[in-house]
Amino acid sequence: METDQYVIKQISIFSENRPGRLAAIAQAMEEEKVNIFAFSIAEADQFGVVRALVNHTEKAHKKLTSMGFIVSFTDVIAVRMRDEPGGLYAIAKVLGEAQINIDYAYAYSGRDAAVLILRVNNVKDAITTLLEHGVTLIENSFFR
Amino acid sequence: MFWNKKMETLQGDKLAVLQHKRLTWTLHQIDKVPFYHQRLKEAGISAGDIRSLEDVEKLPFTNKKDLQGGYPFGFLAVPLNQVVRIHTTSGTTGKPTVVGYTRQDLDNWSELIARNLTMVGLAEGDVFQNMVNYGLFTGGLGFHYGAEKIGLTVIPSATGNTKRQIEMIRDFGVTAIHCTPSYALHIAEVTEEMGVDLPSLKVGMFGAEAWSESMRSELQRRLKVNAFDSYGLSEMYGPGVAFECPEKEGLHIWHDCLLTEIIDPKSGERVAEGERGELVITPLVKEAMPLIRYRTGDITRLIEDGCPCGRGQKIGRITGRSDDMLVIRGINVFPSQIEHVLRSLPEVGDQFMVIIDRINYLDEMTIEVEMNREYFSGELRDLAKVQHKISSALRDVLGLRTTIKLVEPGSLPRFEGKAKRVIDRRGQLW
Ligand SMILES: [Zn+2]
Repeated sequence: METDQYVIKQISIFSENRPGRLAAIAQAMEEEKVNIFAFSIAEADQFGVVRALVNHTEKAHKKLTSMGFIVSFTDVIAVRMRDEPGGLYAIAKVLGEAQINIDYAYAYSGRDAAVLILRVNNVKDAITTLLEHGVTLIENSFFR
Repeated sequence: MFWNKKMETLQGDKLAVLQHKRLTWTLHQIDKVPFYHQRLKEAGISAGDIRSLEDVEKLPFTNKKDLQGGYPFGFLAVPLNQVVRIHTTSGTTGKPTVVGYTRQDLDNWSELIARNLTMVGLAEGDVFQNMVNYGLFTGGLGFHYGAEKIGLTVIPSATGNTKRQIEMIRDFGVTAIHCTPSYALHIAEVTEEMGVDLPSLKVGMFGAEAWSESMRSELQRRLKVNAFDSYGLSEMYGPGVAFECPEKEGLHIWHDCLLTEIIDPKSGERVAEGERGELVITPLVKEAMPLIRYRTGDITRLIEDGCPCGRGQKIGRITGRSDDMLVIRGINVFPSQIEHVLRSLPEVGDQFMVIIDRINYLDEMTIEVEMNREYFSGELRDLAKVQHKISSALRDVLGLRTTIKLVEPGSLPRFEGKAKRVIDRRGQLW
């Protein structure tokens, strides 16, 4: 099965826990006319990682790197989720049964459905499994 | 290559005879300093009691506080009209230390620098850029006159304007540089940012702060130089006291001019041969400011004799200062140990800072570490792994738990002079 079109590039940005870093990222994206679809912040003891789903990923990467940020790309998948009770459970159950780990997930409200962003330990298998169970995945072209 | 082969290779009885003769002269010289006259009287010792080199142990120590107490000219053994230059070193507390030089002192000093430069292979035809402070700091003028003495083409570039420094190295075909190791690292960073290289460089002489073997390999790789350690202190003229020969494995100290001892910093007793301790020096030919048993505060050891180059006994590279030594929860820590650990880990970037606080009566050491970009996978747990790796490596060496804070590259301060990488906030009131 062809899975490449469902692999989405998230940008992950190393960020110290100090005031103004998130604002700096957001402002830079605005200046570059990069649209942020969704983002989440994961924090550890002394630092964090800002994860963002944007259009123009290369432009965003270049701009942030030039500002001194450490940036890398991470492969994620985007799932269209029924905006009703049990929507998340259905997806988690399918992946769990296929022995695929979800490292983390975050969601945003799309135009007509909630969208769940998933980082899993095996992207290719996750895509195949979810498609086989009739789950709708969003293609990466949507985020360009 | 030797500058003064006879003196540089003098050993055994011949050396001892010369040292003793010069020590006797020095004891007469210090008697002209009221401080020493008084101190020896109190100790009940006169110059005549020092019959052999071993008798040096009977003499009292001199420390930095004594010198500060003599501010400004209390330690001069000659009238001021015979002093042709003055340098000072800033004290962290109180008055600076003043060092005076007669014309003969300046000659002796450049002689030592000349030996060092020749020892690392420099000679007429080499172009030398001296990238240290040229003011009251002894590193500038000290190296300058020694380099001119052996006929190098000297560029007194001093510090600052790093891009211009790099342009000069390239445009003038500079073959040798002298600066602090932290500034050398900064030069390497900026050179890489500028996307240029420094093809003429072959020798880098780094001093004024303790630096590690891993720092050496990093500087040698990034600047493509052969890196030599330079040791000195203003109280003994300045730089030039001891220097690495091409064999490395320690620094040759100039025994015809300096009588060395290694003591336990706490008891003041001499340590066993080869053991680590504080370096104590009695200069043997200083006219304007003779000293006896000066406690340098630097931690080193005497290395077994027999360097293939033929020169005298070496001292080990300085592993810290007795006053830089931090006592964290009762454990002795030298910032150089921390640096050594960090530079051995590829995940660590260029700079770090150590911050010490006292929280609930306990010393807490936090180390801010710049990340190496290439080791960011985008995953939080990989960052946690790096953090853990650094703290375990430090615990293995220091025997202490530390908090590691990963920070963005370029966010910590850069230093052009002596790096100040430790912030000790334990003494502060809030
Ligand atoms: Zn040697």
